[in-house]
Amino acid sequence: MGESVLLLVGTPKGSFIVEGGPERDGWDVRGPSCEGWPIHDIAVQPETGALFAGGGSPWYGATVFRSDDRGKTWNQSSEGLTYGEEPKLKTVWNVGFAHGSIYAGVEPAGLFRSDDGGSTWSHVSGLRDHPSRPEWQPGNGGLILHSIVGHPTDPAKMWVGISAVGTFATEDGGKTWDTRNKGVRAGFVPGPAPEFGQCVHKLVMASDRPGRLYQQNHCGVYRSEDEGRTWQEITAGLPSEFGFPMVAHPRDPDTIWTIPLNGAEQGRYVPDGSAAVWRSKDAGSSWVRSGGGLPNENAYIGVLREAMAVDSLRPAGVYFGTSTGQLYGSRDEGDSWSLIAGNLPPVWSVEAAVLPD
Amino acid sequence: MATIVLPRSLLQLFPAAEHRVTLPGATVGELIQGLDQRWPGLQDRLCDTGPLLREHIKLFVDGEPANLDAPVAEGSVVHVIPAISGGAAGHAVARRQRPQRAGSS
Repeated sequence: MGESVLLLVGTPKGSFIVEGGPERDGWDVRGPSCEGWPIHDIAVQPETGALFAGGGSPWYGATVFRSDDRGKTWNQSSEGLTYGEEPKLKTVWNVGFAHGSIYAGVEPAGLFRSDDGGSTWSHVSGLRDHPSRPEWQPGNGGLILHSIVGHPTDPAKMWVGISAVGTFATEDGGKTWDTRNKGVRAGFVPGPAPEFGQCVHKLVMASDRPGRLYQQNHCGVYRSEDEGRTWQEITAGLPSEFGFPMVAHPRDPDTIWTIPLNGAEQGRYVPDGSAAVWRSKDAGSSWVRSGGGLPNENAYIGVLREAMAVDSLRPAGVYFGTSTGQLYGSRDEGDSWSLIAGNLPPVWSVEAAVLPD
Repeated sequence: MATIVLPRSLLQLFPAAEHRVTLPGATVGELIQGLDQRWPGLQDRLCDTGPLLREHIKLFVDGEPANLDAPVAEGSVVHVIPAISGGAAGHAVARRQRPQRAGSS
């Protein structure tokens, strides 16, 4: 039986599905779907192969779409996706999966879970019960829960990333949460780093090593070896501490990719207008620039936090979408790159999945 | 019985729903509840928790602006219309109204 690679692209003008074979040398673009709604994230549930897309319409509110036919048809439900009367839920920022459940990270920041395939949702209220919550402040993208990281074997453990609040973890299935920001700088507030208020941009887990986490932050890149209890900065070797995405290799816990931007207050594009992905094969001790096949001049592009993904093939494919609508891919783990689609809407998110034909 | 006229963009989310629906109800809110019984989830698209009408959805009863509590008479026609105020500009206004942590994103 053959395989297909699906690149799932979220944009402010709907979701797109970019499909190719395992050789990854040709792609078909389908879309927009989800009725043209702004879609912040679209992903495949591993157990079912169903697609879930989270977003929100200015007119019709926040919801999660589901497709069981690879995006040909969709239905949606937001039953239970509410905090009650206040605050009003604006949009869904991230969809994630863990141990058969579907999770939705939303704005204003909070976490919802569905145990019935997305038909109904329940609030994981323990997170917003954290005593720090009255002091949570939004970043430029809003007060958003954008990263959901489940533990591969322990259903009681989960990590989330909130901008501009930081990383939280639960070890009791979401009933209670702790801050996990020690060692992470917060250069936009005076004094020593606070317990929370760090602006995590993307949080990921190393493959085959659940205790190891990586994050791209507003203020640097970090690695944790103890489930986020302490962090070590691994920014050295990168051209900038500022960027949004971070992805981890599907099999090698030491390999990660990120896309540094020139700076938070300098326009947020690739340094010198020369596009490049930076890869570390030693858990962040050193970094190597890879720009082969990417525009190396006059490329004032940005890449947002959800807009980078890696597939599970050998060698792994790496993909990213730009805020100006280009989708690039590498089928050699980032050694070289090529344009997959050039005229999409601004890309908010990219996820990759390998599915049987 | 009153007739409620639904926007095309809403019908795309509920393919079985009809553009014009005649059903019983004393208020606009009751009509929308009736729609939700036929097509579950439809009320969530028009109303936020409360229920309150979503900010960028407008209602008209026999041509006059109305809210969820507005009474409907036998033969009334209720139009549900997405407001021109929705979209990116509305989002931007909402964002600017909130305090932000300086320099963060």
